[in-house]
Amino acid sequence: MPGEKANPKAPANVTAGKKPAKAAGVQKKAASAAAPKTQPLEMVQPAAAAAKPKPKIATVSMAGCFGCHMSLLDIDERILKLVELVEFNKSPIDDIKVFTSRCAIGLLEGGCCTDENVHNLQEFRKHCDILVSVGDCATMGGVPAMRNMITLKECLDEAYQNGPTVYNPKNLMPNDPEIPLILDRVYPCHEVVKIDYLLPGCPPSADTLYAAITALLFGEPLKLPYELIKYD
Amino acid sequence: MDETLKKAVEEICQARGNDAGAMMDIVRQVQARFRGVSEEAIDLIAAQCHVPRVDVAGVVSFYAFLSTASKGQVVIRLCDDVIDRMYGAVAIAEAFSHELGIEMGQTTPDGKITLEWAPCMGLSDQAPAALVNDVPVTHLSTDKARHLIQSLRRYMDPSRLVERLGDGNNAHELVGAMVMNNVRKVGPVIFAPLGPGEAMKKALAMSPAEVIRDVKTARLRGRGGAGFPTGIKWEFTRAAAGSKKYVLCNADEGEPGTFKDRVILTEQPDLLAEGMAIAGYAIGADEGILYLRAEYAYLRRFLEQVLQRRREAGLLGKDVCGKKGFNFDIRIQMGAGAYICGEETSLISSCEGTRGDPKNRPPFPAQKGYRGCPTVVNNVETFCCAARVLEKGAGWFAQLGSPGSAGTKLLSISGDCLRPGVYEVEFGIKLTEVLRMAGGQEAQAVVVGGPSGQIVSAADFERPICYDHLATGGSLMIFGPQRDVLEIVEHFLDFFIEESCGYCTPCRVGNVLMKERVARIRSGKGELADLGYLERLGQTIKTASRCGLGQTSPNPMLSTLRKFRSAYDSRLVQQAGPFQSAFDIQAALAQAKEVQGRASVLFSGERHHR
Ligand SMILES: Cc1cc2nc3c(=O)[nH]c(=O)nc-3n(C[C@H](O)[C@H](O)[C@H](O)COP(=O)(O)O)c2cc1C
Ligand code: SF4
Ligand code: SF4
Repeated sequence: MPGEKANPKAPANVTAGKKPAKAAGVQKKAASAAAPKTQPLEMVQPAAAAAKPKPKIATVSMAGCFGCHMSLLDIDERILKLVELVEFNKSPIDDIKVFTSRCAIGLLEGGCCTDENVHNLQEFRKHCDILVSVGDCATMGGVPAMRNMITLKECLDEAYQNGPTVYNPKNLMPNDPEIPLILDRVYPCHEVVKIDYLLPGCPPSADTLYAAITALLFGEPLKLPYELIKYD
Repeated sequence: MDETLKKAVEEICQARGNDAGAMMDIVRQVQARFRGVSEEAIDLIAAQCHVPRVDVAGVVSFYAFLSTASKGQVVIRLCDDVIDRMYGAVAIAEAFSHELGIEMGQTTPDGKITLEWAPCMGLSDQAPAALVNDVPVTHLSTDKARHLIQSLRRYMDPSRLVERLGDGNNAHELVGAMVMNNVRKVGPVIFAPLGPGEAMKKALAMSPAEVIRDVKTARLRGRGGAGFPTGIKWEFTRAAAGSKKYVLCNADEGEPGTFKDRVILTEQPDLLAEGMAIAGYAIGADEGILYLRAEYAYLRRFLEQVLQRRREAGLLGKDVCGKKGFNFDIRIQMGAGAYICGEETSLISSCEGTRGDPKNRPPFPAQKGYRGCPTVVNNVETFCCAARVLEKGAGWFAQLGSPGSAGTKLLSISGDCLRPGVYEVEFGIKLTEVLRMAGGQEAQAVVVGGPSGQIVSAADFERPICYDHLATGGSLMIFGPQRDVLEIVEHFLDFFIEESCGYCTPCRVGNVLMKERVARIRSGKGELADLGYLERLGQTIKTASRCGLGQTSPNPMLSTLRKFRSAYDSRLVQQAGPFQSAFDIQAALAQAKEVQGRASVLFSGERHHR
């Protein structure tokens, strides 16, 4: 854990200004009406950004494959521009494990498969002004949700006890308290907490992600051309 | 290979010329004979009729009255209509279960009796009701349920369950049912007497074009729900290319709370037959098909006799009524339990011996219907009206009712009222007046037009019943102040989920989502945002569904959102937080806790994470 002390109650590190516009093309969740008080984002211009505190972004991978994060890294050299614009807080990108301040944007990869995912997601809701479900796992459950057809008991039985390739003479089930408990099914993020935006794709392409993030940062309407939201 | 099965299947198929178009009859007969259409039987039928096995398997899996698993010698189908529920169907189910020692959906270990739920069987005015094989049993009570089982155990003969015969032709030797007609108001169109051939003779004295002109002048519109002008439909069919044409009568009557066609079939089958023959003459068809829902199988022998009597009287068959060159006959096609088959293109699919899937439109049945030929599909009551138009004259008919809606309408009234039953009223009658007649003035809500119609509140009771205001194919269900509107909505959604053919996603998936969200609100976990979600989802399902089922299934929810808003609002979570109120972490962890034998470290259980 980095030296900074986690302070979940810290206010958002953004100054009052223009409210982020509704991003067209990104589905707006009606639920956001009841989301925690949203601290508006300032219009951050790259030049001025160095002087003023930068808006913070947090990201997390829950029941996902990290593909969405890889896609974020795929923005290539634009990541330098992004780093000028924002500061990453809790995220696998900088390996900050707990929130150290309030964030403007939280990017969510993956749905909720375990109690730890739920806890993480709730922490994100508490600490971020805007939550974006990124990718099909976060928005719909995705590949992990394929297990939703089967009861958890059967899943564990197949995986650890009676599956055809299992060798487990003592018939043990992994059960260390460190191991999160698995939920009855995989939940998309918006079934657990209120989500502001959904960004579909598996994963959404780097261009889509970049367009969405910068639109949110600058409070501009999001224009996603057909190629960016076409998936077949 | 089971030799008896093989031989029987071969015989059954051969008797129908190994024609896959007669698949409904083939599988129905195999089902009746062997109490199921086993995988082996499916193989045999497919081979015999030279069709892929999946065609046969598709039909067997589609219809509620067919099954691959073998059912009991006697199948008890308890009506799961919302009205039956109100009148204690659940208690009856428990009595049956208790007496038989099995759950709903199971068969007794000795293979004798199967117990099932079934959607509305057209007996809501004498609820709770059940079908025991083909025999309707009405006005059930827990007590009668127990006696019923005891009688079955003793004699295994459903016909012995009929202790007292119903009124009118229900007491006819070929019907022998305890069903009551409950005709409470007789009108001039449907329930007036008709001499044999009276309407037909008048029609046959005119040219087909003149007959169509009369039906148009009478401003007759379809009575099955959609209200399409009948004359125009006939005209299109007449004009459509092709020498072979068909007249199809829709007696599927599946809309819950509708039972007026049953009463017409029981009391006025001749009027119907005349209407069909007149349609045949008008469009140039020599074949009529009466598609009879499986639930009304107890009327079949009676109807066959009516048709036979008409043939003998020269009112059906060759040179009908002595009119040289006009040949017309009617045959009965049995359904096998599927609400969607009331939709006209599904009805055609079903008649053709396939799954009752709706077809894409266009082409409309008037252009390409049964077996690709131009086909008129009309409701039972529509044909009866048409016959009366020809008998009494277009002007006479047109002056009945209201300006936009000529004639009379049969209403099937059920629910919280003193006099449930069938009423023939003139169009334009106010709902209050109907409620007064039926003794249902206390009503909190009235479902007009069944689950696919709308649910109206007292604010609408002064509106008239007609195509332009409160439109209905016949169903009027009355709900008193003690009823929960949301429970009704949820029940209707269950019905649509069960009856969706599954072809298109908005309907197949959308109805489930809609039901989940309504259930969430009912359980007190819904939030304000859920109402917006329901509104949007409902509109999406309506616009994006392929046929009338999905295009109307959101109606009960959407109409109550408007008319009974407080029923929703009063159940919403008052202070919604940043987390979803409906997500219950402890419930989501229950299975894991059981398997792992420990509580969650993060969510200990006592602490409420908000
Ligand atoms: C899901 C669904 C079920 C229907 N069920 C019936 C029915 O049971 N009886 C009926 O006459 N029409 C039913 N209809 C309407 C028919 O599609 C068709 O419009 C009607 O039979 C035409 O006859 P009409 O013009 O005489 O009313 C249903 C429609 C839909 C979409
Ligand atoms: S949406 Fe696709 S890329 Fe993203 S986490 Fe899920 S599986 Fe991986
Ligand atoms: S709307 Fe429903 S019933 Fe109609 S075709 Fe689609 S799935 Fe089938």
